[in-house]
Amino acid sequence: MADAPFRVLPKLTDANRDFWTGGADGELRFWRCQDCGFYIHPPQPICPRCLSKHMKTEAVSGRGALASFTINHQAWMPGPDLPYVVGIVELVEQEALRLTTNIVNCPHDALAIGMPVRVVFEHHEDPEGDVYLPLFEPGA
Amino acid sequence: MTVTEILERRACVSGVGQSDIGRRLYRDPLELTLDACLAAIEDAGLTVADIDGLSTYPGNFGPAGFSGAGAYEVIDALRLNCGWYDSGLETSGQLGSVFKAAMAVATGLANHVVCFRSVWEASAQGDKGRAAVMPGAGSSGSFKAAGFLQWNLPFSAPSAAVWIAMFAQAHFHRYGTTREQLAWIALNGRRNAQLNPKAIYRDPMTLDDYMSARMISTPFCLYDCDAPCDGATAFVISRVDRARDLRHPPLRFEAIGAALRGRPSWDQFDDLTTMANRDAAQQLWTRTDLKPSDVQMAQCYDGFSFITLSWLESLGFCGVGEGGPFIEGGERIARDGSLPLNTHGGQLSAGRLHGYGFLHEAAVQMWGVAGERQVAGPPEVAAVAAGGGNTCGCMLLVRD
Repeated sequence: MADAPFRVLPKLTDANRDFWTGGADGELRFWRCQDCGFYIHPPQPICPRCLSKHMKTEAVSGRGALASFTINHQAWMPGPDLPYVVGIVELVEQEALRLTTNIVNCPHDALAIGMPVRVVFEHHEDPEGDVYLPLFEPGA
Repeated sequence: MTVTEILERRACVSGVGQSDIGRRLYRDPLELTLDACLAAIEDAGLTVADIDGLSTYPGNFGPAGFSGAGAYEVIDALRLNCGWYDSGLETSGQLGSVFKAAMAVATGLANHVVCFRSVWEASAQGDKGRAAVMPGAGSSGSFKAAGFLQWNLPFSAPSAAVWIAMFAQAHFHRYGTTREQLAWIALNGRRNAQLNPKAIYRDPMTLDDYMSARMISTPFCLYDCDAPCDGATAFVISRVDRARDLRHPPLRFEAIGAALRGRPSWDQFDDLTTMANRDAAQQLWTRTDLKPSDVQMAQCYDGFSFITLSWLESLGFCGVGEGGPFIEGGERIARDGSLPLNTHGGQLSAGRLHGYGFLHEAAVQMWGVAGERQVAGPPEVAAVAAGGGNTCGCMLLVRD
């Protein structure tokens, strides 16, 4: 994505690296329990459903629904042009598999809770490792 | 009632105190804290030598202005001799620190616990506004988000205003709640603040003023967001049997609600139309035979207006989803209404004293010393609730 706005980037760790860098391959990745199949977010070292430690990251479809949103008008910090949209997206793979994100490429009067959205990545170069922020736009 | 022995009933509020409150006082925050603590001790009819416990939220911790003093600073400044003390951020709302004091008193670890919450957020921001105290401010681009902040800062969502706005939006969507309804949390607060000499904002506000205010993060406008200030609030929490001969009638803890049953998160909570206040309020009513209809006054946290509406629903003053119609027009929640609400102005108008202002207000109202804004009665039963998002707690107070 050209002309990405200033962002505070995440500090990459072994636990979060796949989530924040999967966009290099066009993939949105979450940790998933390899014993019971439960997706986990944010990352943690144990499956909260079956208590297994047998987990690895897997790509999801990148499709979801908008669970809620807000049109932010306040300049809290350097960032996208105002106003911009912060949303919570729930992925289709699992009930309540959610993340906070930005909704882009969508007229504000078209925003609606429940609308289908799909992931689009915003690339940020960084000396500590490039980061691909998973944003969402309208689309099935 | 499903619990047989309600130990918090051994504890009561015996005194309250407050420092000067204002925007940018540029005063030593420890001094403000001590002013409040000494005022509360005197209000109870006690001396510093009687205090044998201390509890505070959040401790000496956090971004500039978030905490005016920690437990150790106050223990040392007053040379307290503590049978018990505690501080901490991870608890059931800001008043979780008061619940812990009540439990310490109930177990006999202490007889008279001083509790305080102290802020100097207005001075910390100075003339640079909120941006001056955001994570990474002044770090010239090298700052990286870690911990839970990494899940919202990269999306330019650094404020609870943004996070709570999404709960409000979900509530609007599911139940048809409107800005014209939500406005009454702010309008009610402002009309009460006009009678509170310590309130930050005391000019009259109309529905038109509210509807035409600049937006912060939809559906929240400026007047849905509380006002950072400087100031400290303190209480003395005493064993009821040690408080009967003190200056005020004891305000007994009839029941506490401190539960957290959903995920402790702003965006992972199971139901985005409510917050952890749902769990705390549900627990509260399992610990008393009183009913919502017995409550004569509610002091419910308004860091953002929607939080108050959500507390009113979860505490059962109206049905879930009916908070908008319940507050619309502002008659029920007025000082002469069936459920006077945030009679000091709340944090929206009286300043962000961070939870403690609500218990202070309940106490002065129940003791009949609230001055011009005193409600009839005075009330004998009050509900006090603080916190939002993942950090919520509530209590019922009964005047003995």
